Amino acid sequence: MPEFLFAAALFVLLMVAVGLLRILRGPTPADRMMAAQLLGTGGIAVLLLLAAATGEWTMADMGIFLALLAAFAAVALMAGADRS
Amino acid sequence: MSLGLDLLLAALMLGLAGWTVLGRDMFAAIAAFIAYGLLLGIVWVRVGALDVALTEAAVGGGVTGGLLIAAWARLRATAMVERKAGAGLAVLAALASLGVAVLLAAVVLHLPQPAPTLVPEAMANLAPTGLGNPVSATLMAWRALDTLLEKLVLLLALLGIWSVAPDAAWGARPAASVDRDGALTFLAQFLPPVGVVVGIYTVWTSADAPGGAFQGGTILAAMWLLAVRAGLADLPRVASRWLRLALVAGPAVFLAVGLAGFVLAGHFLAYPEAVAKPLIVLIEAPMILSIGVSLALMVAGPPVPKGDA
Amino acid sequence: MTLLRDLFSIVAICAGGFFFLAGTVGLLRFPDMLTRLHALTKADNLGLGLIVLGLLPRVGSVLGGVKLVAVWALALLASACVSQVAARMGRLRDEP
Repeated sequence: MPEFLFAAALFVLLMVAVGLLRILRGPTPADRMMAAQLLGTGGIAVLLLLAAATGEWTMADMGIFLALLAAFAAVALMAGADRS
Repeated sequence: MSLGLDLLLAALMLGLAGWTVLGRDMFAAIAAFIAYGLLLGIVWVRVGALDVALTEAAVGGGVTGGLLIAAWARLRATAMVERKAGAGLAVLAALASLGVAVLLAAVVLHLPQPAPTLVPEAMANLAPTGLGNPVSATLMAWRALDTLLEKLVLLLALLGIWSVAPDAAWGARPAASVDRDGALTFLAQFLPPVGVVVGIYTVWTSADAPGGAFQGGTILAAMWLLAVRAGLADLPRVASRWLRLALVAGPAVFLAVGLAGFVLAGHFLAYPEAVAKPLIVLIEAPMILSIGVSLALMVAGPPVPKGDA
Repeated sequence: MTLLRDLFSIVAICAGGFFFLAGTVGLLRFPDMLTRLHALTKADNLGLGLIVLGLLPRVGSVLGGVKLVAVWALALLASACVSQVAARMGRLRDEP
Protein backbone atom coordinates (compact mmCIF):
# COMPACT_ATOMS: atom_id res chain seq x y z
CA MET A 1 0.00 0.00 0.00
CA PRO A 2 2.73 2.61 0.72
CA GLU A 3 4.04 2.00 -2.80
CA PHE A 4 0.61 2.82 -4.23
CA LEU A 5 0.36 5.97 -2.12
CA PHE A 6 3.82 7.12 -3.25
CA ALA A 7 2.80 6.46 -6.85
CA ALA A 8 -0.39 8.48 -6.39
CA ALA A 9 1.64 11.34 -4.85
CA LEU A 10 4.06 11.17 -7.79
CA PHE A 11 1.16 11.32 -10.26
CA VAL A 12 -0.49 14.33 -8.58
CA LEU A 13 2.88 16.10 -8.36
CA LEU A 14 3.39 15.49 -12.08
CA MET A 15 -0.02 17.04 -12.79
CA VAL A 16 0.88 20.02 -10.60
CA ALA A 17 4.22 20.41 -12.40
CA VAL A 18 2.66 20.39 -15.87
CA GLY A 19 -0.07 22.78 -14.72
CA LEU A 20 2.47 25.14 -13.13
CA LEU A 21 4.53 25.43 -16.29
CA ARG A 22 1.39 26.21 -18.29
CA ILE A 23 0.06 28.77 -15.82
CA LEU A 24 3.30 30.69 -15.38
CA ARG A 25 3.37 31.40 -19.11
CA GLY A 26 0.37 33.64 -18.56
CA PRO A 27 -0.68 35.68 -20.45
CA THR A 28 -2.72 37.50 -17.78
CA PRO A 29 -1.75 38.15 -14.15
CA ALA A 30 -4.86 36.18 -13.14
CA ASP A 31 -3.39 33.15 -14.93
CA ARG A 32 -0.14 33.49 -13.00
CA MET A 33 -1.97 33.98 -9.74
CA MET A 34 -3.35 30.48 -10.25
CA ALA A 35 0.14 29.11 -9.52
CA ALA A 36 -0.51 29.76 -5.84
CA GLN A 37 -3.95 28.18 -6.06
CA LEU A 38 -2.62 25.11 -7.84
CA LEU A 39 -0.13 24.50 -5.03
CA GLY A 40 -2.89 25.12 -2.52
CA THR A 41 -4.84 22.11 -3.74
CA GLY A 42 -2.26 19.94 -5.52
CA GLY A 43 0.39 20.56 -2.88
CA ILE A 44 -2.00 19.54 -0.10
CA ALA A 45 -2.96 16.38 -1.98
CA VAL A 46 0.73 15.43 -2.38
CA LEU A 47 1.37 16.14 1.30
CA LEU A 48 -1.58 14.11 2.57
CA LEU A 49 -0.65 11.17 0.32
CA LEU A 50 2.93 11.35 1.64
CA ALA A 51 1.62 11.49 5.21
CA ALA A 52 -0.40 8.33 4.60
CA ALA A 53 2.51 6.60 2.81
CA THR A 54 4.95 7.26 5.65
CA GLY A 55 2.40 7.09 8.47
CA GLU A 56 3.49 10.48 9.84
CA TRP A 57 0.18 12.26 10.17
CA THR A 58 1.72 15.39 11.73
CA MET A 59 2.37 16.33 8.11
CA ALA A 60 -1.34 17.17 7.91
CA ASP A 61 -0.54 20.33 9.93
CA MET A 62 1.54 21.45 6.99
CA GLY A 63 -1.55 20.98 4.81
CA ILE A 64 -3.43 23.57 6.88
CA PHE A 65 -0.47 25.93 6.49
CA LEU A 66 -0.46 25.47 2.72
CA ALA A 67 -4.21 26.12 2.49
CA LEU A 68 -3.96 29.36 4.48
CA LEU A 69 -0.83 30.65 2.78
CA ALA A 70 -1.86 29.76 -0.76
CA ALA A 71 -5.03 31.85 -0.28
CA PHE A 72 -2.98 34.71 1.18
CA ALA A 73 -0.39 34.55 -1.61
CA ALA A 74 -3.09 34.53 -4.29
CA VAL A 75 -4.77 37.59 -2.77
CA ALA A 76 -1.40 39.34 -2.41
CA LEU A 77 -0.55 38.64 -6.07
CA MET A 78 -3.90 40.07 -7.17
CA ALA A 79 -3.39 43.13 -4.97
CA GLY A 80 -0.03 43.75 -6.63
CA ALA A 81 -1.42 43.34 -10.14
CA ASP A 82 -4.30 45.64 -9.20
CA ARG A 83 -2.16 48.43 -7.81
CA SER A 84 0.15 48.68 -10.78
CA MET B 1 8.49 5.04 -6.34
CA SER B 2 9.58 7.45 -3.63
CA LEU B 3 12.83 8.02 -5.53
CA GLY B 4 10.83 9.04 -8.62
CA LEU B 5 8.85 11.46 -6.48
CA ASP B 6 12.00 13.04 -5.07
CA LEU B 7 13.57 13.34 -8.51
CA LEU B 8 10.47 15.06 -9.90
CA LEU B 9 10.37 17.35 -6.87
CA ALA B 10 14.03 18.30 -7.44
CA ALA B 11 13.50 18.87 -11.17
CA LEU B 12 10.46 21.04 -10.46
CA MET B 13 12.39 23.10 -7.90
CA LEU B 14 15.21 23.69 -10.39
CA GLY B 15 12.70 24.63 -13.08
CA LEU B 16 10.92 27.12 -10.84
CA ALA B 17 14.23 28.57 -9.65
CA GLY B 18 15.31 29.02 -13.26
CA TRP B 19 12.02 30.67 -14.10
CA THR B 20 12.35 33.07 -11.18
CA VAL B 21 15.88 34.10 -12.14
CA LEU B 22 15.62 34.13 -15.93
CA GLY B 23 11.98 35.12 -16.53
CA ARG B 24 11.51 38.42 -18.35
CA ASP B 25 8.13 39.22 -16.82
CA MET B 26 8.71 40.24 -13.23
CA PHE B 27 5.17 39.41 -12.10
CA ALA B 28 5.58 35.87 -13.44
CA ALA B 29 8.94 35.64 -11.68
CA ILE B 30 7.30 36.58 -8.37
CA ALA B 31 4.48 34.08 -8.92
CA ALA B 32 7.13 31.41 -9.65
CA PHE B 33 9.01 32.42 -6.50
CA ILE B 34 5.87 31.97 -4.39
CA ALA B 35 5.24 28.56 -5.96
CA TYR B 36 8.92 27.77 -5.26
CA GLY B 37 8.50 28.70 -1.59
CA LEU B 38 5.36 26.61 -1.10
CA LEU B 39 6.94 23.66 -2.90
CA LEU B 40 10.18 23.97 -0.94
CA GLY B 41 7.98 23.42 2.12
CA ILE B 42 7.08 20.00 0.69
CA VAL B 43 10.78 19.28 0.04
CA TRP B 44 11.55 19.98 3.70
CA VAL B 45 8.74 17.60 4.66
CA ARG B 46 10.41 14.96 2.48
CA VAL B 47 13.72 15.30 4.34
CA GLY B 48 11.87 14.99 7.65
CA ALA B 49 12.28 18.60 8.81
CA LEU B 50 8.70 19.60 9.50
CA ASP B 51 9.71 22.62 11.61
CA VAL B 52 11.68 24.04 8.70
CA ALA B 53 8.89 23.11 6.29
CA LEU B 54 6.35 25.21 8.20
CA THR B 55 8.78 28.14 8.32
CA GLU B 56 9.59 27.88 4.64
CA ALA B 57 5.96 27.78 3.54
CA ALA B 58 5.04 30.68 5.84
CA VAL B 59 8.03 32.92 5.21
CA GLY B 60 9.15 31.87 1.73
CA GLY B 61 5.76 31.33 0.17
CA GLY B 62 3.69 33.80 2.16
CA VAL B 63 5.38 36.85 3.58
CA THR B 64 8.41 37.13 1.27
CA GLY B 65 6.05 36.79 -1.68
CA GLY B 66 3.92 39.62 -0.30
CA LEU B 67 7.06 41.71 0.26
CA LEU B 68 8.25 41.17 -3.33
CA ILE B 69 4.85 42.02 -4.78
CA ALA B 70 4.64 45.21 -2.72
CA ALA B 71 8.14 46.19 -3.83
CA TRP B 72 7.29 45.43 -7.45
CA ALA B 73 4.09 47.51 -7.36
CA ARG B 74 6.06 50.39 -5.84
CA LEU B 75 8.82 50.14 -8.45
CA ARG B 76 6.30 50.08 -11.27
CA ALA B 77 4.62 53.19 -9.90
CA THR B 78 7.93 55.02 -10.14
CA ALA B 79 8.85 53.39 -13.49
CA MET B 80 12.05 52.01 -11.95
CA VAL B 81 11.40 48.57 -13.41
CA GLU B 82 12.02 49.90 -16.92
CA ARG B 83 15.59 50.75 -16.02
CA LYS B 84 17.46 47.50 -16.58
CA ALA B 85 20.74 46.82 -14.86
CA GLY B 86 23.77 46.95 -17.18
CA ALA B 87 25.18 43.78 -18.70
CA GLY B 88 28.36 44.10 -16.63
CA LEU B 89 26.42 44.18 -13.39
CA ALA B 90 24.25 41.22 -14.46
CA VAL B 91 27.34 39.13 -15.30
CA LEU B 92 28.93 40.08 -11.98
CA ALA B 93 25.80 39.08 -10.04
CA ALA B 94 25.56 35.81 -11.95
CA LEU B 95 29.23 35.00 -11.24
CA ALA B 96 28.85 35.81 -7.55
CA SER B 97 25.73 33.60 -7.29
CA LEU B 98 27.46 30.81 -9.19
CA GLY B 99 30.47 31.08 -6.86
CA VAL B 100 28.25 30.70 -3.78
CA ALA B 101 26.41 27.75 -5.35
CA VAL B 102 29.67 25.95 -6.26
CA LEU B 103 31.09 26.55 -2.78
CA LEU B 104 27.95 25.20 -1.12
CA ALA B 105 27.91 22.15 -3.38
CA ALA B 106 31.60 21.51 -2.62
CA VAL B 107 30.98 21.74 1.11
CA VAL B 108 28.00 19.37 0.97
CA LEU B 109 29.89 16.87 -1.18
CA HIS B 110 32.88 16.87 1.16
CA LEU B 111 30.96 16.26 4.37
CA PRO B 112 32.61 13.44 6.33
CA GLN B 113 30.77 10.10 6.41
CA PRO B 114 28.85 9.81 8.66
CA ALA B 115 28.05 13.52 8.88
CA PRO B 116 28.87 15.13 12.24
CA THR B 117 25.79 15.36 14.42
CA LEU B 118 24.72 16.72 17.79
CA VAL B 119 21.46 14.76 17.77
CA PRO B 120 22.40 12.21 20.49
CA GLU B 121 23.54 14.97 22.85
CA ALA B 122 20.43 17.02 22.10
CA MET B 123 18.14 14.10 22.85
CA ALA B 124 20.05 13.24 26.02
CA ASN B 125 19.71 16.80 27.36
CA LEU B 126 16.10 17.37 26.34
CA ALA B 127 14.52 16.53 29.71
CA PRO B 128 15.77 19.57 31.73
CA THR B 129 14.16 22.00 29.24
CA GLY B 130 10.74 20.44 29.83
CA LEU B 131 10.20 20.37 26.05
CA GLY B 132 9.62 17.37 23.81
CA ASN B 133 10.71 18.95 20.53
CA PRO B 134 14.52 19.19 20.20
CA VAL B 135 14.19 21.95 17.58
CA SER B 136 12.27 24.16 20.01
CA ALA B 137 14.76 23.31 22.76
CA THR B 138 17.61 24.42 20.48
CA LEU B 139 15.89 27.67 19.55
CA MET B 140 14.57 28.60 22.98
CA ALA B 141 17.13 27.14 25.38
CA TRP B 142 20.52 26.11 23.99
CA ARG B 143 20.80 28.78 21.30
CA ALA B 144 18.41 31.31 22.82
CA LEU B 145 20.85 34.15 22.12
CA ASP B 146 20.61 33.52 18.35
CA THR B 147 16.83 33.54 18.57
CA LEU B 148 16.84 36.79 20.54
CA LEU B 149 19.16 38.47 18.03
CA GLU B 150 17.01 37.21 15.16
CA LYS B 151 14.00 39.03 16.62
CA LEU B 152 16.03 42.20 17.04
CA VAL B 153 17.10 41.96 13.39
CA LEU B 154 13.42 41.85 12.47
CA LEU B 155 12.86 45.13 14.34
CA LEU B 156 15.91 46.70 12.67
CA ALA B 157 14.59 45.68 9.25
CA LEU B 158 11.26 47.37 10.02
CA LEU B 159 13.10 50.52 11.13
CA GLY B 160 15.03 50.41 7.85
CA ILE B 161 11.78 50.28 5.88
CA TRP B 162 10.25 53.11 7.91
CA SER B 163 13.36 55.24 7.45
CA VAL B 164 12.71 55.63 3.71
CA ALA B 165 9.47 57.49 4.44
CA PRO B 166 9.47 61.20 3.57
CA ASP B 167 9.44 63.60 6.53
CA ALA B 168 5.85 64.62 5.92
CA ALA B 169 4.72 60.99 6.27
CA TRP B 170 6.43 60.32 9.58
CA GLY B 171 3.95 58.99 12.13
CA ALA B 172 1.25 58.37 9.50
CA ARG B 173 -0.10 55.05 8.22
CA PRO B 174 1.38 52.83 5.49
CA ALA B 175 -0.60 52.86 2.24
CA ALA B 176 -3.22 50.13 1.98
CA SER B 177 -4.76 49.12 -1.32
CA VAL B 178 -8.30 48.04 -0.51
CA ASP B 179 -10.60 45.91 -2.65
CA ARG B 180 -14.18 45.75 -1.39
CA ASP B 181 -15.15 42.73 -3.46
CA GLY B 182 -17.89 40.57 -1.95
CA ALA B 183 -16.04 37.26 -2.24
CA LEU B 184 -12.87 38.81 -0.82
CA THR B 185 -14.85 40.23 2.11
CA PHE B 186 -16.20 36.76 2.83
CA LEU B 187 -12.71 35.24 2.58
CA ALA B 188 -11.34 37.90 4.94
CA GLN B 189 -14.14 37.17 7.37
CA PHE B 190 -13.77 33.43 7.68
CA LEU B 191 -10.06 32.81 7.06
CA PRO B 192 -8.51 35.05 9.78
CA PRO B 193 -10.37 33.39 12.70
CA VAL B 194 -9.13 30.01 11.46
CA GLY B 195 -5.66 31.46 10.89
CA VAL B 196 -5.47 33.00 14.36
CA VAL B 197 -6.35 29.67 15.97
CA VAL B 198 -3.82 27.85 13.75
CA GLY B 199 -1.14 30.46 14.51
CA ILE B 200 -1.57 30.22 18.27
CA TYR B 201 -1.84 26.42 18.08
CA THR B 202 1.44 26.36 16.16
CA VAL B 203 3.20 28.16 19.01
CA TRP B 204 1.48 26.14 21.72
CA THR B 205 2.23 22.78 20.12
CA SER B 206 5.87 23.69 19.39
CA ALA B 207 6.86 22.47 22.87
CA ASP B 208 6.38 18.88 21.75
CA ALA B 209 5.63 18.95 18.02
CA PRO B 210 6.85 20.91 14.99
CA GLY B 211 5.94 24.59 15.13
CA GLY B 212 7.12 27.79 16.77
CA ALA B 213 6.61 31.50 17.32
CA PHE B 214 8.00 32.44 13.92
CA GLN B 215 5.67 30.16 11.98
CA GLY B 216 2.67 31.17 14.08
CA GLY B 217 3.50 34.87 13.93
CA THR B 218 3.83 34.72 10.16
CA ILE B 219 0.36 33.22 9.85
CA LEU B 220 -1.04 36.01 12.04
CA ALA B 221 0.67 38.61 9.82
CA ALA B 222 -0.80 37.05 6.66
CA MET B 223 -4.29 37.00 8.16
CA TRP B 224 -4.06 40.65 9.24
CA LEU B 225 -2.92 41.72 5.77
CA LEU B 226 -5.81 39.78 4.26
CA ALA B 227 -8.29 41.68 6.44
CA VAL B 228 -6.58 44.97 5.50
CA ARG B 229 -6.86 44.15 1.80
CA ALA B 230 -10.60 43.52 2.17
CA GLY B 231 -11.03 46.82 4.02
CA LEU B 232 -12.07 45.08 7.25
CA ALA B 233 -9.05 46.22 9.26
CA ASP B 234 -6.86 49.32 9.30
CA LEU B 235 -3.10 49.56 9.37
CA PRO B 236 -1.99 51.48 12.47
CA ARG B 237 -0.21 54.84 12.40
CA VAL B 238 3.49 54.10 12.88
CA ALA B 239 3.50 56.60 15.76
CA SER B 240 0.78 54.70 17.61
CA ARG B 241 1.64 53.81 21.18
CA TRP B 242 0.05 50.33 21.16
CA LEU B 243 1.85 49.47 17.94
CA ARG B 244 5.22 50.33 19.48
CA LEU B 245 4.32 48.27 22.53
CA ALA B 246 3.32 45.27 20.39
CA LEU B 247 6.59 45.53 18.45
CA VAL B 248 8.87 45.54 21.49
CA ALA B 249 6.81 43.26 23.78
CA GLY B 250 8.42 40.02 22.52
CA PRO B 251 12.08 41.09 22.56
CA ALA B 252 11.56 43.01 25.84
CA VAL B 253 10.13 39.99 27.69
CA PHE B 254 12.86 37.79 26.16
CA LEU B 255 15.56 40.20 27.38
CA ALA B 256 13.96 40.49 30.83
CA VAL B 257 13.87 36.71 31.25
CA GLY B 258 17.42 36.52 29.92
CA LEU B 259 18.66 39.08 32.45
CA ALA B 260 16.76 37.34 35.23
CA GLY B 261 18.84 34.30 34.30
CA PHE B 262 21.88 36.03 35.90
CA VAL B 263 20.13 35.97 39.27
CA LEU B 264 18.15 32.74 39.01
CA ALA B 265 20.48 30.39 37.15
CA GLY B 266 23.91 31.97 37.09
CA HIS B 267 24.20 33.44 33.59
CA PHE B 268 22.48 35.30 30.77
CA LEU B 269 19.55 33.45 29.15
CA ALA B 270 19.81 30.48 31.51
CA TYR B 271 16.57 29.11 32.92
CA PRO B 272 16.22 27.47 36.34
CA GLU B 273 15.39 23.84 35.57
CA ALA B 274 12.16 23.70 37.57
CA VAL B 275 10.47 26.51 35.62
CA ALA B 276 12.23 26.20 32.25
CA LYS B 277 9.10 25.33 30.32
CA PRO B 278 6.80 28.01 31.84
CA LEU B 279 9.51 30.61 31.16
CA ILE B 280 9.79 29.50 27.54
CA VAL B 281 6.01 29.78 27.12
CA LEU B 282 6.16 33.24 28.76
CA ILE B 283 8.73 34.31 26.16
CA GLU B 284 6.90 32.87 23.19
CA ALA B 285 3.47 34.34 23.92
CA PRO B 286 4.39 38.02 23.40
CA MET B 287 6.88 36.95 20.73
CA ILE B 288 4.17 35.68 18.39
CA LEU B 289 2.49 39.10 18.63
CA SER B 290 5.72 41.03 17.95
CA ILE B 291 6.69 38.81 15.03
CA GLY B 292 3.22 39.00 13.49
CA VAL B 293 3.00 42.77 13.78
CA SER B 294 6.53 43.45 12.50
CA LEU B 295 6.20 41.11 9.50
CA ALA B 296 2.81 42.59 8.55
CA LEU B 297 4.19 46.13 8.74
CA MET B 298 7.26 45.17 6.70
CA VAL B 299 4.98 43.96 3.90
CA ALA B 300 2.75 47.06 4.29
CA GLY B 301 5.78 49.28 3.64
CA PRO B 302 6.79 52.74 4.84
CA PRO B 303 4.14 55.26 5.97
CA VAL B 304 2.81 57.68 3.35
CA PRO B 305 1.69 61.30 3.87
CA LYS B 306 -1.96 61.77 4.82
CA GLY B 307 -4.18 61.99 1.77
CA ASP B 308 -1.90 59.77 -0.35
CA ALA B 309 -3.04 56.60 1.38
CA MET C 1 -11.55 -6.31 6.09
CA THR C 2 -8.10 -4.85 5.36
CA LEU C 3 -8.54 -5.84 1.75
CA LEU C 4 -11.87 -4.03 1.57
CA ARG C 5 -10.36 -0.96 3.19
CA ASP C 6 -7.41 -0.93 0.78
CA LEU C 7 -9.73 -1.40 -2.17
CA PHE C 8 -11.83 1.58 -1.06
CA SER C 9 -8.69 3.73 -0.69
CA ILE C 10 -7.36 2.71 -4.09
CA VAL C 11 -10.64 3.41 -5.89
CA ALA C 12 -11.16 6.82 -4.22
CA ILE C 13 -7.53 7.92 -4.69
CA CYS C 14 -7.52 6.84 -8.34
CA ALA C 15 -10.73 8.80 -8.89
CA GLY C 16 -9.06 11.80 -7.20
CA GLY C 17 -6.03 11.41 -9.44
CA PHE C 18 -8.32 11.35 -12.46
CA PHE C 19 -9.76 14.74 -11.52
CA PHE C 20 -6.27 16.20 -11.09
CA LEU C 21 -5.53 14.88 -14.59
CA ALA C 22 -8.74 16.48 -15.87
CA GLY C 23 -7.82 19.78 -14.21
CA THR C 24 -4.38 19.82 -15.79
CA VAL C 25 -5.70 18.86 -19.22
CA GLY C 26 -8.15 21.73 -18.82
CA LEU C 27 -5.32 24.12 -17.98
CA LEU C 28 -3.44 23.02 -21.08
CA ARG C 29 -6.35 22.95 -23.50
CA PHE C 30 -8.75 25.70 -22.52
CA PRO C 31 -8.48 28.90 -24.56
CA ASP C 32 -8.87 31.71 -22.03
CA MET C 33 -8.29 32.68 -18.42
CA LEU C 34 -11.85 32.19 -17.18
CA THR C 35 -12.15 28.63 -18.49
CA ARG C 36 -8.71 27.74 -17.15
CA LEU C 37 -9.66 29.13 -13.76
CA HIS C 38 -12.77 27.00 -13.87
CA ALA C 39 -10.76 23.86 -14.71
CA LEU C 40 -8.30 24.48 -11.90
CA THR C 41 -10.65 25.33 -9.06
CA LYS C 42 -13.41 22.85 -9.79
CA ALA C 43 -11.52 19.74 -10.86
CA ASP C 44 -8.58 20.01 -8.45
CA ASN C 45 -10.77 20.59 -5.42
CA LEU C 46 -12.90 17.59 -6.27
CA GLY C 47 -9.69 15.58 -6.74
CA LEU C 48 -8.44 16.67 -3.33
CA GLY C 49 -11.79 15.76 -1.77
CA LEU C 50 -11.69 12.26 -3.25
CA ILE C 51 -8.11 11.74 -2.09
CA VAL C 52 -9.08 12.84 1.43
CA LEU C 53 -12.00 10.42 1.28
CA GLY C 54 -9.65 7.62 0.25
CA LEU C 55 -7.23 8.39 3.07
CA LEU C 56 -9.89 8.63 5.81
CA PRO C 57 -9.98 4.91 6.68
CA ARG C 58 -6.18 4.93 7.04
CA VAL C 59 -5.87 7.75 9.59
CA GLY C 60 -6.54 5.55 12.59
CA SER C 61 -8.15 8.17 14.84
CA VAL C 62 -11.38 10.13 14.64
CA LEU C 63 -9.58 13.39 15.41
CA GLY C 64 -7.07 12.76 12.63
CA GLY C 65 -9.96 12.19 10.23
CA VAL C 66 -11.65 15.41 11.30
CA LYS C 67 -8.37 17.22 10.65
CA LEU C 68 -8.14 15.82 7.11
CA VAL C 69 -11.71 16.87 6.32
CA ALA C 70 -10.99 20.29 7.84
CA VAL C 71 -7.95 20.72 5.58
CA TRP C 72 -10.10 19.92 2.56
CA ALA C 73 -12.92 22.24 3.64
CA LEU C 74 -10.43 25.05 4.21
CA ALA C 75 -8.83 24.56 0.79
CA LEU C 76 -12.25 24.37 -0.84
CA LEU C 77 -13.64 27.55 0.71
CA ALA C 78 -10.45 29.52 0.18
CA SER C 79 -10.03 28.58 -3.45
CA ALA C 80 -13.72 29.22 -4.21
CA CYS C 81 -13.39 32.78 -2.89
CA VAL C 82 -10.01 33.43 -4.48
CA SER C 83 -11.14 32.22 -7.89
CA GLN C 84 -14.17 34.51 -7.71
CA VAL C 85 -11.95 37.51 -7.02
CA ALA C 86 -9.48 36.49 -9.73
CA ALA C 87 -12.23 36.03 -12.32
CA ARG C 88 -13.60 39.49 -11.66
CA MET C 89 -10.13 41.01 -11.81
CA GLY C 90 -9.34 39.17 -15.04
CA ARG C 91 -12.54 40.35 -16.70
CA LEU C 92 -12.01 43.94 -15.65
CA ARG C 93 -8.53 43.95 -17.17
CA ASP C 94 -8.81 41.86 -20.27
CA GLU C 95 -12.17 42.58 -21.79
CA PRO C 96 -12.19 45.67 -23.93
